[in-house]
Amino acid sequence: MTDERILLDPTAELIPATRTLSKRHRSLSDKTIGLLNISKPRGEIFLDRLEQKLTEKGIQVLRYSKPTFTKPAPIDLRNEIATKCDAVIEALAD
Amino acid sequence: MTVDPGWIDQLKSKFDKEEFRSRQVELPTQEDTHEAMFERSWTDGLPVVPPTPQRVRRMLEGTSRDADEIVVLVPPNLVECTVEKIAVNAVMAGCKPEFLPVVIAALEAICTEEFNMHGVLATTMSVGPIFVVNGPIADEIGMNSEINVLGHGNRANSTIGRAVQLVILNVGGGGPGGVDRSTFGHMGKQGFCFSENEVSSPWPSVAETRGFEPSQNVVTAFTGEGPRLVVDQKSRTPESLTLNLAAHLISTVSSRMVAGMDAMLVLSPEHSSRYEEAGWSKERFLEEITSMMMVDTDSIIAGAGGIEEGLPEAFRGVQLPKFRPNGLIIAQAGGPAGLFSAIIGGWLNGPTGSEPTSKEILF
Repeated sequence: MTDERILLDPTAELIPATRTLSKRHRSLSDKTIGLLNISKPRGEIFLDRLEQKLTEKGIQVLRYSKPTFTKPAPIDLRNEIATKCDAVIEALAD
Repeated sequence: MTVDPGWIDQLKSKFDKEEFRSRQVELPTQEDTHEAMFERSWTDGLPVVPPTPQRVRRMLEGTSRDADEIVVLVPPNLVECTVEKIAVNAVMAGCKPEFLPVVIAALEAICTEEFNMHGVLATTMSVGPIFVVNGPIADEIGMNSEINVLGHGNRANSTIGRAVQLVILNVGGGGPGGVDRSTFGHMGKQGFCFSENEVSSPWPSVAETRGFEPSQNVVTAFTGEGPRLVVDQKSRTPESLTLNLAAHLISTVSSRMVAGMDAMLVLSPEHSSRYEEAGWSKERFLEEITSMMMVDTDSIIAGAGGIEEGLPEAFRGVQLPKFRPNGLIIAQAGGPAGLFSAIIGGWLNGPTGSEPTSKEILF
């Protein structure tokens, strides 16, 4: 007879570090907005329209795309977006 | 006491508290063990075997590898995973200790850049890791390669793939609704593992085709959907059967897509016998079926036939192969009666998707 009161934890035992949201911007003026296409069909149509709307308001826009939607964004790309942009808008899916 | 091996395990647990690195969770006596494991989200939706220290100790006897050895980084959270942590999940899946080396090798196969388990989890397509076991170990641990081979009923087949998926869920943190975004999923995601029937097969096995010796124990991971049956009860010649198989394979994943997806074809013994009787080698079969699956791109250009899905205009006017070279994997398995084969559709292949990946099973 096996005592089943004591079990070994099958998980990673990681209490996830609480990830707080970045501070929200009250206004987008003087901010740089990254537009990230994950490379799914029609993502560029959505982002083209957003770019047009944002630039009309005088907001600076930088465009990015992932090499493939099947894999996480390369660390260099993530770093570049984090360094150059104040906020990012991602076109997720078709 | 000397005739009851359970006592030795229980005494070791009582007096050797430093034996395991994993956190010990003590349940209150009022709590039902099985309900407690469900509530902690440790399961895949089915009951699991409680991973007691005694059971994990016995599981670890299935490998000579050190319990503290870090085997893989498990996606999606890229968590360092030890042999011990794999053993805990293998107990929960229902594995016997002798299955553990296969579970470890299967994880070594999928937790690689080339297999891209993160992408396989995250895709909205209905795919999961599928494992084919080759070599003497398959018989030694009692795997099924015959009747109901792709179904339930065999402990090794049912629990090895399940243990791998529990590691992804519990250690890697990749569960449905989280990083797993599959629109439909499929029942094989509960654990999909089978062995090839190397005795009745006239052709080199999956592992041999991928460069291993017949004496080596190998697990091959493939990203795939649930299996689809191909019925052909009338072909008596290899030419006829191959034409029919090609006609089915050409619609794998989407009849409007070429060269982007892999597939696995599981030939039953009765279908295999058509090739054996005619003296066809595996190479010849692949050569013939590849030539039968050249697709006229004009027929699948976006808009052709009134269907908006399809290739861009730039591909017009050529013929392209349905699968890339080596993109069609042939396995031989199944019950002795039945003029059927099974197609397991793949996912995006190559560097931007998932490469079939083989690892030798080490004890």
